[in-house]
Amino acid sequence: MSLLSIEGLDLAIHGVPILKRVSLAVAPGRILGVIGESGSGKSMTAFSVMRLLPRGADLSGRILFAGQDLAQAGEAQMGRVRGAGIGMVFQEPMTALNPLQTIGAQVAETLRLHDGLSARTAAARARAVLDRVGLPEPEFPLGRYPHELSGGQRQRVVIAMAIARRPRLLIADEPTTALDVTTQAQILALIRRLVDEDGMGAIFITHDLGVVANVADSVAIMRRGAVVEAGPTAQVFAEMRHPYTRALFAAATHQPARRPHAAPEPLLQVQDVVRSYPGRGGGLLARRGAAKRAVDGVSFTLHRGESLGLVGESGCGKSTLTRAILGLEPVQGGRIALAGQAVDAHRPVPRALRAKVQVVFQDPYGSFNPRHRVSRLVTEPFHLLDQPPAGIARAHAVAEALEAVGLRAGDADKYIHEFSGGQRQRIAIARALIIRPELIVLDEAVSALDVQVRAQILDLLADLTDTYDLSYLFISHDLHVVRRITDRVLVMRAGRIVEQGATERVFQAPEHPYTRALLAAAPDLTKAG
Amino acid sequence: MLRYAFRRLISFALALVVASLVVFFSLEVVPGDPAAYMMGLNARPEAVEALRAELGLDRAPAQRYVAWIGGMLQGDFGTSYTYRAPVAGMIADRLWVSLPLALYALALSTLIAFPVGIWAAARRGSAADMAVIGTTQLGIAVPNFWFAMILVAVFAINLGWFSAGGFPGWENGFWGGLKALTLPAIALALPQASILARVMRSALIDTLGEDFVRTARAKGLSPGQALRRHALRNALIPVLTIIGLQFSFLLAGAIIIENVFYLPGLGRLVFQAIQQRDLIVVEGVVMLLVFAVITVTFLVDLAYAAVDPRLRRG
Amino acid sequence: MRALVIGGVLAGLFMLAALVSFVWVPHDVEALDIANRLKAPGDGYVLGTDHFGRDVLSMVMVGARVSIAVALVAVGIGMGLGVPLGLAAAAARGSLLDEAIMRGNDLVFAFPSLLIAILITAVFGPSALNAIIAIGIFNVPVFARVTRGAALSLWTREFILAARTAGKGRARISAEHILPNVANLLIVQGTIQFSLGILAEAGLSYVGLGAQPPTPSWGRMLAEAQTMISFAPHLALVPGLSIVMTVLGLNLMGDGLRDILDPRIRRVRA
Repeated sequence: MSLLSIEGLDLAIHGVPILKRVSLAVAPGRILGVIGESGSGKSMTAFSVMRLLPRGADLSGRILFAGQDLAQAGEAQMGRVRGAGIGMVFQEPMTALNPLQTIGAQVAETLRLHDGLSARTAAARARAVLDRVGLPEPEFPLGRYPHELSGGQRQRVVIAMAIARRPRLLIADEPTTALDVTTQAQILALIRRLVDEDGMGAIFITHDLGVVANVADSVAIMRRGAVVEAGPTAQVFAEMRHPYTRALFAAATHQPARRPHAAPEPLLQVQDVVRSYPGRGGGLLARRGAAKRAVDGVSFTLHRGESLGLVGESGCGKSTLTRAILGLEPVQGGRIALAGQAVDAHRPVPRALRAKVQVVFQDPYGSFNPRHRVSRLVTEPFHLLDQPPAGIARAHAVAEALEAVGLRAGDADKYIHEFSGGQRQRIAIARALIIRPELIVLDEAVSALDVQVRAQILDLLADLTDTYDLSYLFISHDLHVVRRITDRVLVMRAGRIVEQGATERVFQAPEHPYTRALLAAAPDLTKAG
Repeated sequence: MLRYAFRRLISFALALVVASLVVFFSLEVVPGDPAAYMMGLNARPEAVEALRAELGLDRAPAQRYVAWIGGMLQGDFGTSYTYRAPVAGMIADRLWVSLPLALYALALSTLIAFPVGIWAAARRGSAADMAVIGTTQLGIAVPNFWFAMILVAVFAINLGWFSAGGFPGWENGFWGGLKALTLPAIALALPQASILARVMRSALIDTLGEDFVRTARAKGLSPGQALRRHALRNALIPVLTIIGLQFSFLLAGAIIIENVFYLPGLGRLVFQAIQQRDLIVVEGVVMLLVFAVITVTFLVDLAYAAVDPRLRRG
Repeated sequence: MRALVIGGVLAGLFMLAALVSFVWVPHDVEALDIANRLKAPGDGYVLGTDHFGRDVLSMVMVGARVSIAVALVAVGIGMGLGVPLGLAAAAARGSLLDEAIMRGNDLVFAFPSLLIAILITAVFGPSALNAIIAIGIFNVPVFARVTRGAALSLWTREFILAARTAGKGRARISAEHILPNVANLLIVQGTIQFSLGILAEAGLSYVGLGAQPPTPSWGRMLAEAQTMISFAPHLALVPGLSIVMTVLGLNLMGDGLRDILDPRIRRVRA
């Protein structure tokens, strides 16, 4: 007997079809994983159940929950279902809480809303719920404000609000996407525990196959607003009947064909680098807090032709280290040398030296000035050359760079908004390639991409090292991606490198406890079922 | 919270010092010899010399500045050269018209703008919302002193509900005074209320799109409850900024609008003083108004902290 | 789009009237004709005459010149000083320069344009130039803040980091990448400040701190009309409605431009 049963759900927003004949079922005490790439309609399915759709939404089909058809329910009826019958957890914990109210007040509000509890009883119950989601009393009093909590802690508060009234169904929309792997593992365990303890049903929406494999009892795979395959997790993962399912799996485990090019000659040398920031607060009369060491005595060497990975969770200092290597941020101690020459942001970095290193960033949407054509965007690094090519030579250089990354020479005259996320990332790589740098820094360069596009970009990166004399510094929070594209890997934590070594060695026999914890926390497709 | 308040207090004091330097420099240093300037071209040399002595112009500007500030701290704004009366007393009398007028208008503006802005935001896109947008668009475009003239023509001259101008004085009864200030306050308030209502509306619409409002709806709150309990206080932050700015516009507006209603306020005092080149009076009035504006900015900063816990730490 | 057209037509009408007044007006605005004083609209004088027998239509046309010129030049001053200051403050975020520029801005905000006009007039006497300077100074921090705020968020974008790794300096990045991307915002703010300038100029010349006789200005026409409102209401209505329509037109243009130029709003619609 299902707890929730969605039958033939159609949704259009302002006439644009979003969902097509979606059918799903969730049983009590079970977790249904809904997987899809961006735009597959997985979140809209959740918002349809909650009936929290944007204006202009046209919904038809049946959403059967506890004997009622929610697709037909009025606003008053939904007011009684939301929070009481169905709780919901959202993707972005940083913005999901009211910044002006204490966490206690926000959890208590759920309780007081329908049950008519007194302020005191509600506070006591809120206390108990917060304890239950792992935010115990002495450290997390009810009077805490959201800005005093970390992302993972805030997500626990959101979960507390969702389960406070013991709903029969919990909907979690990418609840761990914004979190680090170790925090993600804790939140996944928490959701699993709450489902088991309360006998709740749950819908877990994610783009990450590994997460679903670890947490869901059954899965539904969505594509372009329709469910293409559904069933018990182990069965779906074993059979993979639909071609799209197979394509998704292939992309998620895709191993680009790489040939080692590493030479013994050092290209980038980082020695005892320290970068600290002044403490919070401070000013004319107030005392500053203690200085924070974002990068704390980091040393490593990247060899010519090598692909070196740098792994760490948010706030570990990898971004700061990257900016120091790019000469964008001065360091307080140590030495950074590229091809034997010092990089030091205290002084202007010589252009010829800058030309040896280029960078590709994470955000395919923010990496380009929207007002310039591709030809101008791609040639920006020519600024570093003493005699940049002009006229036909310039056009040739642009065409060659674009074709090297799998685009057409004719794309040079377009504007950036005409390209998809994956194509933009190719343009970013073309921009890095155009002055033939020796080192390309890839700063979370594939993290924002859907799994299939990501596999293509990884292939491109592997191919380029065959054609050009290139080295990569590959910075990522995603262990699986790093494993597939690097020769050696550095593991960074709290400003320090805690472990480094050949990639396969580190992944198969991690030495440092933190590396082991990271690997254990990372969702793994092979654990399915 | 204390640390935040203390830091705002420091910058409040700093702003006052710099502002007073600007006023002093403009009126006592730029004219060269203020005494000669005030007496005009045909003045007898002995008279200029006498005024110079009275103003203490033989001292260095820095000494005069310190003396001026010291005097003001003790309530001494100097002596008007045309009226031969202490400026402090003259300002105090006039302040009792201008300040209540500005506050009256601010209260009216807020009382009108808040409900209208909230009402429109809750019904965004509806015909009622469109009507609010259109009306406030028009309200912003109306010069308050011209609107005041229209009000006088309609409600004082034609209907006779109010007197066309003048002020009976507070000593002759509170309600009489309030009634005399009502038309000017409405004239001042309506254009400001239009701006404030639009700011309230758009701030609230922005906040209603925030994730935490969606969270509140998922808890089971109705759209109205989510608006009242979660969106409203968050939307207040930009609105407070505008209220603070509006006070200075209302004070300036009050000074202009006093001319329409022949009110004996600071505006009439300062415009007469300009015509008579009475720099001491101008200096006193301008300094007082700047003080009022900076004080309101300081109070708005404190109000931010009361609304937003994130500021209380800093 | 509709707002932009309606606003453009309204504001354009008065700008056109101001331009035409340089070459042609129905009657000389300085010639007194007591025989034809206080005529109601119509009958040879489309909008009537004032207490000196001057043609109101001609005065409104010449008055538009003053109002529009003052407001426009004041926007120019505000942009010319405020935009570079805002760009510099954002480029040097958190530095002493940034702090100095922002504190300076706060200080100017403590002096509404009326107070600046009072200070200038007390020393130099009243003139249209005072109005321009007073309103212009008040515009500077407005543009500086808008520019800095928008520039700050651009500086964190990755395309700026990319430009920095291409070795470009902060000044060059400000000119090449930041300014073009805040231009839309500045155009919208410019329209708003233009309309506020017209209101402010009217207020200043109403109390005698703006353009001086015999130059007609909308604010002064209103000041003169005040005592005659009960028997010659057209003297107050014509210049007053001129102000309302010009300001309304500019505001509608600003809203329309914002809808078209602001990529955030455009993205929502797309």
